[in-house]
Amino acid sequence: MTGKNRLPLIIISIIFALALLVVLPINEGILGKRGIRLGLDLQGGTHLVYQADFSSVEPGTEAEALNGAIAVIENRVDVFGVTEPVIQRLGEDRIVVQLPGISEAEEAKERIGRTALLEFGERIEEGEEARWVNELGEWKPATALVNGEEKALTSVFFKENTYVTRDDFGRLFLIFEWDEEGSKLSEEITGRLINKPLGIFEGDSALLGDEGIPITPIVRGVITDKGQIEGLSFGEATELSRLLNAGRIPVPLTPIYEQTVSPILGSDFIRMSVTAGLIGLILVLLFMMIYYRLPGVLASGALIFYVSVVLAIFKLIPVTLSLAGIGGFVLSIGMAVDANILIFERMKEELRLGRTLGAAIEAGFNRAWPAIRDSNITTFIVCGILYWLGSSIIASTPVMGFALTLFLGVAISMFTAVVVTRTFLRVLAGTRLGQKTSLFRVYSGKRND
Amino acid sequence: MTDIVGKRFWFFLASGIVILFCIISLANFGLKRGIELSSGSMLTVNFEQTVTEADLKQELTSLGYTGAIIQRTGEGNFLIRTGELTGEAKTALEDALGAKFGPITESEFHSVSPMVGSETFRNAIWAILAAGGGILLYITWAFRKMPNPFRYGTCAIIALTHDTLVAVGIFSFLGGTLGWEINLMFITGILAVVGYSVNNTVVVFDRIRENLSRGISTNFEVVVNTSLVETLSRSLNTSLTTLFVVLALLLFVGASIQNFAVVLLIGIVAGTFSSLCIAPNLLIIWERGEWGRLFKRPQLVAKTKSQ
Repeated sequence: MTGKNRLPLIIISIIFALALLVVLPINEGILGKRGIRLGLDLQGGTHLVYQADFSSVEPGTEAEALNGAIAVIENRVDVFGVTEPVIQRLGEDRIVVQLPGISEAEEAKERIGRTALLEFGERIEEGEEARWVNELGEWKPATALVNGEEKALTSVFFKENTYVTRDDFGRLFLIFEWDEEGSKLSEEITGRLINKPLGIFEGDSALLGDEGIPITPIVRGVITDKGQIEGLSFGEATELSRLLNAGRIPVPLTPIYEQTVSPILGSDFIRMSVTAGLIGLILVLLFMMIYYRLPGVLASGALIFYVSVVLAIFKLIPVTLSLAGIGGFVLSIGMAVDANILIFERMKEELRLGRTLGAAIEAGFNRAWPAIRDSNITTFIVCGILYWLGSSIIASTPVMGFALTLFLGVAISMFTAVVVTRTFLRVLAGTRLGQKTSLFRVYSGKRND
Repeated sequence: MTDIVGKRFWFFLASGIVILFCIISLANFGLKRGIELSSGSMLTVNFEQTVTEADLKQELTSLGYTGAIIQRTGEGNFLIRTGELTGEAKTALEDALGAKFGPITESEFHSVSPMVGSETFRNAIWAILAAGGGILLYITWAFRKMPNPFRYGTCAIIALTHDTLVAVGIFSFLGGTLGWEINLMFITGILAVVGYSVNNTVVVFDRIRENLSRGISTNFEVVVNTSLVETLSRSLNTSLTTLFVVLALLLFVGASIQNFAVVLLIGIVAGTFSSLCIAPNLLIIWERGEWGRLFKRPQLVAKTKSQ
C-alpha cells in the first residue's frame, strides 16, 4: 500500500466504524423503538390538520392567534404523555398535529379540538330567543354591562389557576377565580339571579354532571372573586381544570385532514420493508459481483459502507422514516451503484485502450464525473420539488420522507462512489491482484470493436 | 457497431402505439382520484366474526351510506370508503356495525376534506410542471457550451413526458379495469420517474457532449450512435439494479406501497427505453430537420436509413 492511499483508507475506516457504532446495537432492531425514528404509518399514531377560522379575529393578529392556538394545543397534548409529538403551523392558517402511538383518534381529537369555553346562562323570559334548550329549561347567555359594554359571562374571565378539591363530605368541586372584569360581571349577574338557576354550557350543550344531568347551580349569594362548580365526575373535573388552565384556543379550529393507523398494522410494514430492503440489497450485490467481478466486489464493499452511513445519518438527523421513506431508501440502494457502474464502464473502456490499471482508474473517474454530477443534480431538483409538495398542504410525512431519503441517498452515494470505491481501487491497483485483467472482465459483455 | 439511431422510426412507431393506447385509455377511463386527491373518508376495519361483502354493503345502505365502496382486503378485513365522515358519524357507524356483526376493530382511518383534496391535486400538478421546467432550465444550462443547448433540454423533456404519459396511461387503464386509484404516493412515484428518466437521458447526452468535443466524427448521427453504444451497458445495468429493488418492494411490501412501486416499475422500463431510443434520436431528427418525415412515410425512411 502506498502512503498516498493510507490516509483516505484510514478515514474511510473511521467513518465506517462510527457509522456502525451509531446504527448498532441491532438488538433493539435497526428500525426498533430506540432506533430510527418511525413515521406514523409504521409505529401507529394520528396525523391531524386543522383549519383556523379567523373571521372572529381582529385583522392583523391572525398569526398571533394561530401561535396562541399552537401553544394551547401543546399544553393539552402534554397531558397525553405522547413522546415526540409534532405541533406546527402549516401555511398561514393551518396547524398540523402528529401524535405518535395515539391511535384512539377520537379521544385525542376531542381533547385537542375542545373549545373548553364555559358559558354561563340564565333562563329566558317570555318571548326571548333561546340559545340552549335542555330538560331543565330554555336558556340565554347571562350578560351584564361592564364599562358601558354588554358582555357575556364565560370562562374567558377565569384566572388560569383552577383546581379540583373535595370537601369534608367527599363532594367534588372545581374551584375557579374571576379576573377583574369577570368579577364585576359576576357580581352584577349573580346579584340579579339570587335563588335562581345558573346554567353552564360548553359549545352547544350543557356541562353534564356525574350522572349525566346538566349542572345548574342555584345562585345562593353574590359571587365576586371565587366560584365553584359542583357535581362533575373526578375525571371530567380534572380534565376540564387542566384545559381551562392550559388556556383557551383563540380561534375556532376545524379538522380538515386526519389519518390514523393502529400500531399493529405498522409492525407488519416494518418487517416487510426490512425484508424487501435486504433482498434488494443482496440482489444488487450479487449482480455487481457477478457482472463486474473484482471491481464489483469493491463496489459491494462501498455499498455496504453506503448503507451503514445512510442509516447512521437517518438516526442522527433524525429522519422520520415512513413506509415511503423506506421505499426511497431501498430505491436509492438500486441507484447508488449507478455511479459505480458509470465509473467501471469508463474504466473498462480505458483498459481496452491498453492503459494500465492505475491510469484507467483515474481516467475512468475523471471522465465519469460530469455524467454523475449532472444526472444527480436533476434528481436533486425533483427531490426539492417533492419536498415542497409534501410540506405544502398536509405536511405529508410519506412524501417529505421519500424526498429526504432519496436526496440523502443520492448525495451520499456520490461520495461513496467517488471517494470510497476509488480508494479501494487505488489500493487494489498496487497489489498483485490488480495485475490480473481477467478479474476486471474487460473483454466480456458488449464489445464495441 | 450496433446501429441504434438507424432504427429510430421503428422506435418512434413503438412508442407511438403505446402512447396512443395510453391516450385512448385516458380519454375512456380518465384517472380515478383517491380520497387524498379528491375528498372522503376511508375506514379499514376488522371483524372477528365472518362477514360477507354483500352483508356489509346491505348494512351500510340501510345506515344511509348508499354510495359506500367496500373492498375486502383479507380475512375479516374490509376497506370502507364513504364521503367525508365527522368524528361522531364515524363512531356511530362503527357502533352500528359492531352491533350488527359483532366485535369490530379499526386499524386505519383516513379522512380528507374537499378543500385539502383539491389543493393537494392542484399542487401535485404544479409540482410535476415545476419539475419539468426546472429540468429544462438545468439541462439547457449544463449543455450551454454546446451548439443549440435548448434542444438537449427539450428532448429530455419530451422523453420524460413520454414516460409520465405511459405511467399515467397505464394507471388509467388499471383504474378502469381493476379500480386502481391514484393517490399522493402515485404522484411521488411519477416525480421519482421524472428524476430517474432524466438521469438516464443526461448520461447519454453527456457522452454525446464529450464525443462531440473530442471530434470523433463530423457526422452527428455517428456521434450519437457511438455515444449510445458506449453508454448502453451502463444504462441497462443501472436499470436492472433499480428494477431489482423495486421488484423487491413490490413483492415483499405489497398493497400499501403498490401504487408507488408499480409507477416506478413502469417508469423505469419506459425511462430506459426513452432515454436510449427516443431522446437521442429526437436530437438527430432536430439536427437533420426531419420533423416532416417523422409523420410522412416513416417506413420508407426507416428502410433507407438502416441499410
